[in-house]
Amino acid sequence: MRIGLDVGSTTLKCVVLDEKDAIVYQEYERHFSRITEKAAGMLRRIAERFPQTPQMQIAVSGSAGMGLAQSLNLSFVQEVYATRVAVNRLLPGTDVVIELGGEDAKILFLEGGLEVRMNGSCAGGTGAFIDQMATLLGLSLDQMNELAKDYEKIYTIASRCGVFAKSDIQPLLNQGARKNDVSASIFAAVVNQTIAGLAQGRPIEGRVVYLGGPLTFLSQLRAAFDRTLGLTGVCPENSLYYVAMGAAMAPGAGRIDLGEAAENISRYTAKEDYRACPPLFQSREEYEAFFVRHQKDTVPEAKGFLEGDVYIGIDAGSTTVKAVAIDQNEQIVCSRYLPNAGNPVPLVRDFLTDFYQNYPKAQVRACATTGYGEEIVKNAFGADFGLVETIAHYTAAQKFCPDVDFIIDIGGQDIKCFKIRNQVIDNIFLNEACSSGCGSFLQTFAGALGDTIADFAQKGIFADRPVDLGSRCTVFMNSSVKQAQKDGASIENISAGLSISVVKNALYKVVRAASADDLGQRIVVQGGTFLNDAVLRAFEQEIGREVIRPNIAGLMGAYGAALFAKKHAKDKSGLLDAEQLQSFTHKVQAVTCRGCSNSCRLTINTFNDGRRFIGGNRCEKLLANFAESERYSLYDYKRELLEGYRPQEGVRGKIGIPMGLNLFELLPFWHTFFTRLGFSVVTSPASNRKLYLKGQATIPSDTVCFPAKLIHGHIQALLDQGIDTIFYPCMSYNLDEGKGDNHYNCPVVAYYPEVIGANMPFGKEIRYINDYVGLHRKKDFPGHMHKILGRYFVDISLAEVKEAAKAAYEEYDAYLARVRAKGEEYLALAKEKNLPVILLAGRPYHVDPEVNHGIDTLICDLGAVVISEDAVSHLAEKFPTRVLNQWTYHSRLYAAARLVAQWGDPNINLVQLVSFGCGVDAITTDEVRRILEEKNRIYTQIKIDEITNLGAVKIRLRSLFAALGLGKESAQ
Amino acid sequence: MSQQVQRVEFTREMKKDYTILVPNMLPVHFGFLVKVFEEYGYKLKILQNDGRSVVDAGLRYVHNDTCYPALLVIGQFMDALQSGKYDLSKTALLITQTGGGCRASNYIHLLRKALQKAGLEKIPVISLNLSGLEKNSGFKLTLPLLRKALAVLAYGDLLMLLHNQTMPYERAAGSSQQLMDRWIGRLTQQMSAGKGLSLKEVQANLNAICDEYAALPILPRQITKVGVVGEIYVKYSPLGNNHLEDFLHGQDCEVMVPGVIGFMLFKVDNRLEDIKLYGGNRAKFAVINGLLQYLTKIETAVIDAAKRHPRFTAPSPYSRVKRMVGPVIGYGCKMGEGWLLTAEMIELVESGYGNIVCAQPFGCLPNHIVGKGMIRKIKSLYPEANIVPIDYDPGATRVNQENRIKLMLAVAREQVQPSGEEAPAPVSAAAAAQE
Repeated sequence: MRIGLDVGSTTLKCVVLDEKDAIVYQEYERHFSRITEKAAGMLRRIAERFPQTPQMQIAVSGSAGMGLAQSLNLSFVQEVYATRVAVNRLLPGTDVVIELGGEDAKILFLEGGLEVRMNGSCAGGTGAFIDQMATLLGLSLDQMNELAKDYEKIYTIASRCGVFAKSDIQPLLNQGARKNDVSASIFAAVVNQTIAGLAQGRPIEGRVVYLGGPLTFLSQLRAAFDRTLGLTGVCPENSLYYVAMGAAMAPGAGRIDLGEAAENISRYTAKEDYRACPPLFQSREEYEAFFVRHQKDTVPEAKGFLEGDVYIGIDAGSTTVKAVAIDQNEQIVCSRYLPNAGNPVPLVRDFLTDFYQNYPKAQVRACATTGYGEEIVKNAFGADFGLVETIAHYTAAQKFCPDVDFIIDIGGQDIKCFKIRNQVIDNIFLNEACSSGCGSFLQTFAGALGDTIADFAQKGIFADRPVDLGSRCTVFMNSSVKQAQKDGASIENISAGLSISVVKNALYKVVRAASADDLGQRIVVQGGTFLNDAVLRAFEQEIGREVIRPNIAGLMGAYGAALFAKKHAKDKSGLLDAEQLQSFTHKVQAVTCRGCSNSCRLTINTFNDGRRFIGGNRCEKLLANFAESERYSLYDYKRELLEGYRPQEGVRGKIGIPMGLNLFELLPFWHTFFTRLGFSVVTSPASNRKLYLKGQATIPSDTVCFPAKLIHGHIQALLDQGIDTIFYPCMSYNLDEGKGDNHYNCPVVAYYPEVIGANMPFGKEIRYINDYVGLHRKKDFPGHMHKILGRYFVDISLAEVKEAAKAAYEEYDAYLARVRAKGEEYLALAKEKNLPVILLAGRPYHVDPEVNHGIDTLICDLGAVVISEDAVSHLAEKFPTRVLNQWTYHSRLYAAARLVAQWGDPNINLVQLVSFGCGVDAITTDEVRRILEEKNRIYTQIKIDEITNLGAVKIRLRSLFAALGLGKESAQ
Repeated sequence: MSQQVQRVEFTREMKKDYTILVPNMLPVHFGFLVKVFEEYGYKLKILQNDGRSVVDAGLRYVHNDTCYPALLVIGQFMDALQSGKYDLSKTALLITQTGGGCRASNYIHLLRKALQKAGLEKIPVISLNLSGLEKNSGFKLTLPLLRKALAVLAYGDLLMLLHNQTMPYERAAGSSQQLMDRWIGRLTQQMSAGKGLSLKEVQANLNAICDEYAALPILPRQITKVGVVGEIYVKYSPLGNNHLEDFLHGQDCEVMVPGVIGFMLFKVDNRLEDIKLYGGNRAKFAVINGLLQYLTKIETAVIDAAKRHPRFTAPSPYSRVKRMVGPVIGYGCKMGEGWLLTAEMIELVESGYGNIVCAQPFGCLPNHIVGKGMIRKIKSLYPEANIVPIDYDPGATRVNQENRIKLMLAVAREQVQPSGEEAPAPVSAAAAAQE
């Protein structure tokens, strides 16, 4: 008999096969990281069950099995390989296997050339991801599956990473989306992730088999795969055990004595050879001194309060709802800290009901709301003010430390840090792209080990050798933890290690501080995560400075809101009173907005008195019910200009141009060029989600920037229109605008046409022209281009090319001139009307609304005029930079920053748009920041990805406007 | 040229008594380079610090989204400077700058930013470049120095090649390493005496090296052959790739890592390609072509030496490698490792090293194109190619990387098993298509 033991990231599976490969014994168990103990137990049970065969062959497999096999000298079978062995044996004729596990996702293509794909550095789309989402929804996996059966609509949820998905889901929940729809949307996101990340262009078709835990247990996940793939996959019997069976079937397994092996395993304690950090506390005394020191930062309670004026602050955060009522002396009358299972409305209703019951004689003078759910709570209950969370936190921190100059708030899934200079919020750091430094990560991990977050964190206090887990994304940390466990780290050391990495991540990834002095002198830390002493200590240790942690660290947003309400209180609050609250009801409905081409998915919240609150739309129109006011956006203007380049009649037929990356800027050139040559120039349609999904399967590298990924969809759209000639040239060099040391394109812009050529299915009938073109050499261009065209067309003369090139260069210049003239016009207009101006600096392709997610519009709606970098960069002289200024588009960024710095006009500020995954921007953002800060200007950066929610972006922009006292934020 | 706000120049005065620190990438090659520079009056020191403290220093002083090699190289410098081992008033740093369109050309500026952040901005940083990007009065790449520097790369490439092809088969454990160490000693000695650097001497030495390697007793074994390509730093530096070669050796593999001369040829040739594709100065073309010819001679010396004994798989000449990749990607694709990386994968497949680790820093821009972006096309031309892309960054763990490599190896071994031995080298589909 042969044993296959599959040690997965979260579970342990084993099978015993007889000579005919039939299963005679099987077992499945969660191991909670106690791998050796559980594995030894399994072997003992097998020995008991089969007393007549004390010796068996055994092979180990699974992502966490390598270490075990190595140390015990058992044979190891790589798990994907094991799966394949089992499938070939049991389900011959299978074309594709999709196997999802705890932290792994795999696709095996068996037919037509074996190919195996497994998730690398990304855990999006795995069981851990689904677990995390279920936790976020406050549901069990079964419940989620049940709910998903009855879905009405699928929301778009970023599927690349749990972090992004969370920031998509949270607002949906806050806006009251149905859990049925959210559950189904999560499954759909997993499917998209698997297909985009793993299939990488290979179509999934034929006989498809589903394996692994999530696909076995979640029928709706299977259904989601079936729907997307357009087929019906099979989830075979024993679908959990294929890896174990494959390990048992693979040749080369060694024979062992079961009892002996069980002994060996249980005796085997892995060597402690992981990287360790210094312990948090050297001694118990040290801990006690620390404990006492932090006791002093306390807000008094208003003991015995019965009647009088009261001010209420509500912070509807991403994972918790906090509420605080204070009296005239700013002491706390009562407070509430509740996990937010999705919709803050019922939680706030309960809080208010209790409040009115307990304090019937209190007079509510004012109420302010803040946090993600600010708007819905404000609308639902008639609160008087809504304020940006950053302002709320600053207000509260000042109470403890009036001259505080740095605040860091680590909450459930966001980190907010800001510097304060001259009593003004100066520099804001938010974790847009990563939540690894946040509480929810600790929480998920504590949950996986069957602990509460507080108990789990406390375990690390006296750890002797905390695991060094580095400072990166949750997903990476998961596997670092896996490695540490393999190396024998104790739970205590892992706990302390996680607390330390939370801090490191916040410091080095979000704030990017080089030293404590970078942060500030007087630091207030807050947010629920800091209530854990281990995290607090790790923070002090890392920056080498003592900090202030208020006892109400978790309530600071709400407390700040209450203080704000008190400060701005008018005579009477509009908050629903006890009576109105009794009849309060709330219904949620999901619809699609038909207001514009964005087709946003909206959630309409209807309250009992007929009031409605609409969430989920990108534009502010419906939300605030603004009358359509005049919008001054250069982004609008550029889009308008580009739309003007329409196909003309052409004797040489149609030529297609994908609207992405640099073609956003070069369209005027190529449109004119080819139109003059007698082509009808067809551009691909406007980007949207659907178009993106069309090309998704052919993306070979899932970590490339989103604008590049979108190109696949545009090419596909051209093919779908029956265009058989597509022009998308490679361009190492951009045009030289004389502002930098060189004039390159970035590698992705320069060579993405090669990726398209190598990965998109172009049949023989398609002419795909992606030759290398040098527009920077105006004189040489016609000759070289004539040669290139000669490879595809027989009858184009050099004279024609020369003439077309001349016209094309002229049109390109004219286009830029128009953009620049409009820039000047808007700047003058802003001055005249005294409107704030945001120089929204990015790249030409950032005008694509699918790329910028409507940020330009959002800024307009906040009351500002939007200018683009290319509208003003020509005004700057060439100047020295501290980086190699070698990319044309990026030179414009530096020039624009330089101008804003030089102008010194407080009304004109720069916001930089950065695409996630843009390596070049790691360099440009630091330099743009430096140029601005050298002249004491505020630098704001917004990272964009596939994320369609603008929540975090809005906080950042509102804080900026509030800090500057500009636009609509100043009206309060 | 990049106008620096406050660049500290490396002056002639400094040349006298400054120690110039150099990051480690190719231990063998760099050791020889130090000797060449010594001959011209420079005191170079290759950094040996390794491990987590380097990564941490990098994370601390470099934008975390910057590519991993920048983080490591700068981390290694900062870690060294703060170790107390060096007299900071007599220390300078040396870093390469290719001037290409990828981020790597900016490492030097990121290094200066890091120095400033740490209050060490007085330390001069020297740019090692062939593009005339930055100049220092105390550091000049003269033509004779350059020629010698390029020549010693031949020693590094051949030793690396022969050691890799001998060590897994050696009869006496450690004999290959001993032979390599012996030659490193012998060659450094020659160089100290001003010898072993002319093309003729180089040829003679290369031949002698190969003869001695061929004389080492080996065992006849069939083991999995694995090729390694990738971003240049991560491909070569054990610090960058978590000691990838050691791991592969531990898995009982023979490893082939294409040499660095090909990369140099590629970088020079790019300038010619630019002129061919977009137009340009004929005189410049001639000068560059001269350099290309010289490098080709060095390359030929290595190949000829390796070919002296049929036991060794000699690398294909650059010109042939270039021809092979023609049908797959354009010669204008030059940033980072450019088309050369794609070409090396094809060359490896054709030389019987179809199992390939493609190593890149997480989010490496050129590798989106020439690495991951081309795998599909390579597999369609060479179905036997078994390529695994591996990302390296400060957060990636060895377990994940090794697990993926093990999968590649499992597939590799299965392909070998049925027939009992590896398939003969396939006919060059790509090259055939080209011709």
